[in-house]
Amino acid sequence: MYALLSVKQFFRDLRSQKLRTFMTMFGILWGTVSIILLMAFGTGMQEFQQKRFKGLGENICIFWPGVTSKPWNGLPRGRHIRFVSEDATRIREMYPVIKHISPEFPRSNVMLKSHKNNLTAQVIGVWPEFHKMRNIIPAAGGRFINDKDMEKKRRTIFIGDRLAEQLFAGEDPVGQTLQVRGAPFVVVGVMVSKDQNSSYGGRDNRNAYIASETFLTMFSRRYPNNMVIQSTNDNNIQEAIDSFKSYMAAKYNFDPTDTETLGTWDVTEGFKFITNFFVAFRMFLLCIGCLTLVTAGIGVTNIMNVVLEERTKEIGIKMALGAKKRTIMSQFMFETVLLTCIGGSIGFIIAYAIVMVFPLLNLTEHIGTPTIHVFESVMTISILGIVAFLSGFFPARRASNMEPVKALKLF
Amino acid sequence: MIEMTGIRKAYQTGKITFEALRGVDISIKENEYIAIVGPSGSGKSTLMNLMGCLDKPTGGEFYLDTERVETLSPNQLADIRNRKVGFVFQAFNLLPYATAYENVELPLLYAGLSGKERKARVTELLNRVGLGDKMANKPTEMSGGEMQRVAIARALANKPKLILADEPTGNLDTKSGRAIVEIFNDLWKDGHTIVIITHDMHIAKRCQRIIRLKDGLLDTGNEEEEQEQSLKVA
Ligand SMILES: Nc1ncnc2c1ncn2[C@@H]1O[C@H](COP(=O)(O)OP(=O)(O)OP(=O)(O)O)[C@@H](O)[C@H]1O
Ligand SMILES: [Mg+2]
Repeated sequence: MYALLSVKQFFRDLRSQKLRTFMTMFGILWGTVSIILLMAFGTGMQEFQQKRFKGLGENICIFWPGVTSKPWNGLPRGRHIRFVSEDATRIREMYPVIKHISPEFPRSNVMLKSHKNNLTAQVIGVWPEFHKMRNIIPAAGGRFINDKDMEKKRRTIFIGDRLAEQLFAGEDPVGQTLQVRGAPFVVVGVMVSKDQNSSYGGRDNRNAYIASETFLTMFSRRYPNNMVIQSTNDNNIQEAIDSFKSYMAAKYNFDPTDTETLGTWDVTEGFKFITNFFVAFRMFLLCIGCLTLVTAGIGVTNIMNVVLEERTKEIGIKMALGAKKRTIMSQFMFETVLLTCIGGSIGFIIAYAIVMVFPLLNLTEHIGTPTIHVFESVMTISILGIVAFLSGFFPARRASNMEPVKALKLF
Repeated sequence: MIEMTGIRKAYQTGKITFEALRGVDISIKENEYIAIVGPSGSGKSTLMNLMGCLDKPTGGEFYLDTERVETLSPNQLADIRNRKVGFVFQAFNLLPYATAYENVELPLLYAGLSGKERKARVTELLNRVGLGDKMANKPTEMSGGEMQRVAIARALANKPKLILADEPTGNLDTKSGRAIVEIFNDLWKDGHTIVIITHDMHIAKRCQRIIRLKDGLLDTGNEEEEQEQSLKVA
């Protein structure tokens, strides 16, 4: 019954102070919308960037041969170090922490000719497991280079989706013949399109892949351009890197502490950076959102203080009739909480609607899909709750501490 | 019912302290009918607010129904105001947005009565003051006399023994004022203890006893002289 009376009173206030109540509610609404949207877009962007980063591969590291920068065991600095495919074979046997490894033999400007079109592209000789490390996924109906291709030095080729588009213009390339530098190859698979924001030696979707053994028969090359390794999980990438380096240092007789001998790109570092960056970025957005809400909360406090002034007499009357402190207090708290609830709920609905509609605008390709996580919602609700409580509490306490006689202004 | 000895009340306005009551002894028994008279500013309303536990004295002893009021907590005082005392004010003090019904219902809500009980009681009270047909009216839709009758109904809500009225007819014309006084007479006959502040000696004379205040003290001077003075003030 108290509640019903309070609701009645609330709507009476709403009607008598339309503009002010509306402005306050709008403040809360605006705060809620902005905090949720900021967080949702922040999350969307983070997931988008992380996914694109993973496009290159997860838990991978790439090594390039280089030049020693320190003397070692009586040998001078400045020696060229080059590794061979057999090293990769040995390393995989020796270190279980390295889940996959593959040398890469790239060759650019290779003439490719289909029955529709011809162009030049980069052809890379790799091991079959290369695609597992590098998130190169064959589209349905196709496959990547396999062990049989390696063993028999078969003329099979796997092509990136952009390349497939250019060479076969919408036809299914799988099973078709593709002339590689005049030699006929069979297309065994096409890459599923993926997001990729970093690369070395060109985007995967513009490359063609053949078995490294086949590559060596066509192009006289002995030394891989680089090697890719993948660790078994995201905690032991460093162990995998150290294993690779110590093997190479022992084999090629260079100082294992010489960081310049092997060019090293630990891809996980970038991923870690992106993750940390976005954690900070989202915290920043959260702070901005919070400030907006706090500002709105101050608005609510202001309103409740004005309401309090207007109701001083009423509070006096109620006290004279036997209303206790907590009755007066709860009436004020109830009004603030209701005001915040309504504003917050509408804000939630609007924010959700925007997040639902946003993907229809075709902008997700550039800034990702905004996503509302439970974390954000719980966070916003808690902040709203705190704001509502604080902005109602002080005016309410002031109201309940009034002296009945003074409030009544009987004299 | 009321035992007051050496009651003082000082008001602090900034640095200036003003003693509105400077040691008042009053004893009121159950079912007495009392008028408080005195010139403006003599401390009548101050005294009545103390009697009704709206305020606490700054000195002296006050027993209400054998309870020492100074020792009670704000919540206990609220309970006393709710159950033992009924206030009627010169300015009516009704909630402006609420109907007659809702105004009378308020003390019953604070007393924790069920909806059914409240409905029965409010209807009974408003019928008693002759406003059975105006239950849904808001104060703005009623005359002064009617508003004061709603206020009386509200004061009677929890069947308080003590009814305190601060110039209840002050804002009313003679006719509606007389009607209000009739209600008080009836209430007295029903066993309520009634204390009325008034400037109207005709009303005061109908009471059993007149308490005179002057400058915050009981005035024990010549009765006839006092009456004339009071009449002049009125
Ligand atoms: N809250 C207050 N603060 C300071 N002084 C006050 C306060 N309330 C009353 N007074 C002073 O106390 C004195 C007594 O006031 P009170 O209201 O009791 O007078 P009263 O006898 O009821 O007068 P009236 O007949 O005009 O209603 C007055 O001089 C008034 O100025
Ligand atoms: Mg007075």
